[in-house]
Amino acid sequence: MLIFEKSKKGRHTAHHRSEAMGDCSDIPKHFLREEPLSLPEVSELQVVRHYTQLSQKNFSIDSHFYPLGSCTMKYNPRGIHRMASLTGFLSRHPLASLSHSQGFMAIAFDFQEMLKEITGMKGVSLTPMAGAAGEFAGVLMIKAYHHARGEDERNEMLVPDSAHGTNPASAAMCAYKVKEIPTDSQGNLDITALKKAISPKTAGIMLTNPSTLGLFEENIQRVAEIVHEAGALLYYDGANLNAILGRCRPGDMGFDVMHMNLHKTFATPHGSGGPGAGPVAVNERLLPYLPIPMVDKQNDHYHWLTEKERPHTIGRLSTFMGNAGIIIRAYLYLRLLGREGLARVSEYSVLNANYLRKRLQQLGYTLAYPERRAAHEFVLTLKREAKEFGVNAMDLAKRILDFGCHAPTTYFPLSVPECWLIEPTETETKEELDHFVEVLKDLRREMKETPEIVRTAPHTLPVVRLDDVKAARELDVVYEWAH
Amino acid sequence: MNRVPAELRYTQTHEWVRVEDDGTVVIGITDHAQAQLGELVFADLPDVGVKVNASDEVCVIESVKAASDVYSPLSGKILEVNEDLEESPSLVNSDPYGDGWLYKMDPADPDELSELLDADDYSHYMEEDED
Repeated sequence: MLIFEKSKKGRHTAHHRSEAMGDCSDIPKHFLREEPLSLPEVSELQVVRHYTQLSQKNFSIDSHFYPLGSCTMKYNPRGIHRMASLTGFLSRHPLASLSHSQGFMAIAFDFQEMLKEITGMKGVSLTPMAGAAGEFAGVLMIKAYHHARGEDERNEMLVPDSAHGTNPASAAMCAYKVKEIPTDSQGNLDITALKKAISPKTAGIMLTNPSTLGLFEENIQRVAEIVHEAGALLYYDGANLNAILGRCRPGDMGFDVMHMNLHKTFATPHGSGGPGAGPVAVNERLLPYLPIPMVDKQNDHYHWLTEKERPHTIGRLSTFMGNAGIIIRAYLYLRLLGREGLARVSEYSVLNANYLRKRLQQLGYTLAYPERRAAHEFVLTLKREAKEFGVNAMDLAKRILDFGCHAPTTYFPLSVPECWLIEPTETETKEELDHFVEVLKDLRREMKETPEIVRTAPHTLPVVRLDDVKAARELDVVYEWAH
Repeated sequence: MNRVPAELRYTQTHEWVRVEDDGTVVIGITDHAQAQLGELVFADLPDVGVKVNASDEVCVIESVKAASDVYSPLSGKILEVNEDLEESPSLVNSDPYGDGWLYKMDPADPDELSELLDADDYSHYMEEDED
């Protein structure tokens, strides 16, 4: 029910402003409305209840087990938000003078240094304002590198079928032709196919490691050799960095350039669509091309690096220097965890994923890659259940909502039929994981005995099963009252 | 079981090809492919007159589950696209080998046709793919 529907003519809430503040007598008459605003007429308590009840309908990481994982939203420690909300951070204007910005710039500089350490790279720019912007910057740097060497004929970007969907999109944005490389039966990049696809026209390859299948690319060194021998570069998509934090580094694996999603791995709150932050890190080869501005330090004084100091830069990607609020939060996250804490993040995220993986296998669920240890996430294929019981991956995902578990990613990666991609993250306790296992245990019985209940789920939520096709084809989000 | 009409040719990426009497070809996606995708909500078809190569991505079809590429089984020039899909993309689900066709083309190289799978090969391929 909309708050407008609760409106009763003449009902109102006491004024919270003094008469003096509300004095509008100096506004010329011809600027004043003739009709009152069409606002809901409700009491204060009605307003409080209405919005409290709305907030209680949220199905979120603050209230429920949420196996979408770091790729979407992991838990963001509350203390970080509190510290990042200090007036000194919030009130700093991006056009403030250098002398008034030294505190923030010190954070940005230290954070650049920390990211270099974490990634094993030689240079970092914090400017890109989202993961996709980071990818775009990274691919542009690859392009600038080849251009500087007079190798403009390199117009192809290789992308494995287990990559993130944004990778081919970013390559296409930079006018590269995308060539897809298949995955072998063990979930690794198919080396034979790679060798066949690579040529003097190859500009680079974009990889996520661990891949979207939740598997560590076992042949990464071999891949790096093949790609570098051909004169091409390796791009690392940092979406799954959560799995390797503090344990191994893309720079050491042979990658030339990468982006990180601060809003995912480094725990800053975001909704789909932002705000995000996608810093890029590069090795020596690409250092001159990093987007500006970056922060430099001389004699304990911080200053911006711009076009003047960095003539070969690919340029600016945002009005100022990225999403300052996100950068501060990510910095605080690293400071709270420290080196050892950071390694514990990946250890626990991998441990939690493998614990769930094993328990679900014992219940009779089918793993997409049963012989491979998972990284921070793993893939189930529910095609057997779909065949035997007539309930598909989406039905099961909807049904677990009734038991207080958010659905995992469904139907992705595309290469695995009827799949679930499950990522519990490092912050879930064993009790929470066991609860999820119990739910899926009960569900196996339900699939056999009463599949109809699963097919028509959810049953207990404020919104029941939606008509996906109608929603996509005839989207109408305007309330009937307003038509 | 998904239908695999004997008179058509197939690809491993689940497209079908029908050769017309005048030598042009009609292309669509198989019953198996539409069943895997679920109900289609959108079909982005190629421009008429464009020349494509075999295995080029020529269409994007979007279901409630995912957006998928359709690869051209043959090289040639696009002659016509199925305009009805704009209003009713689910024709691909209800009649994948008939009203749910995607585009017609003038094939550039008749030899390419012989490299495609016949109905038996495609059925076997699907079975292996299932396991």
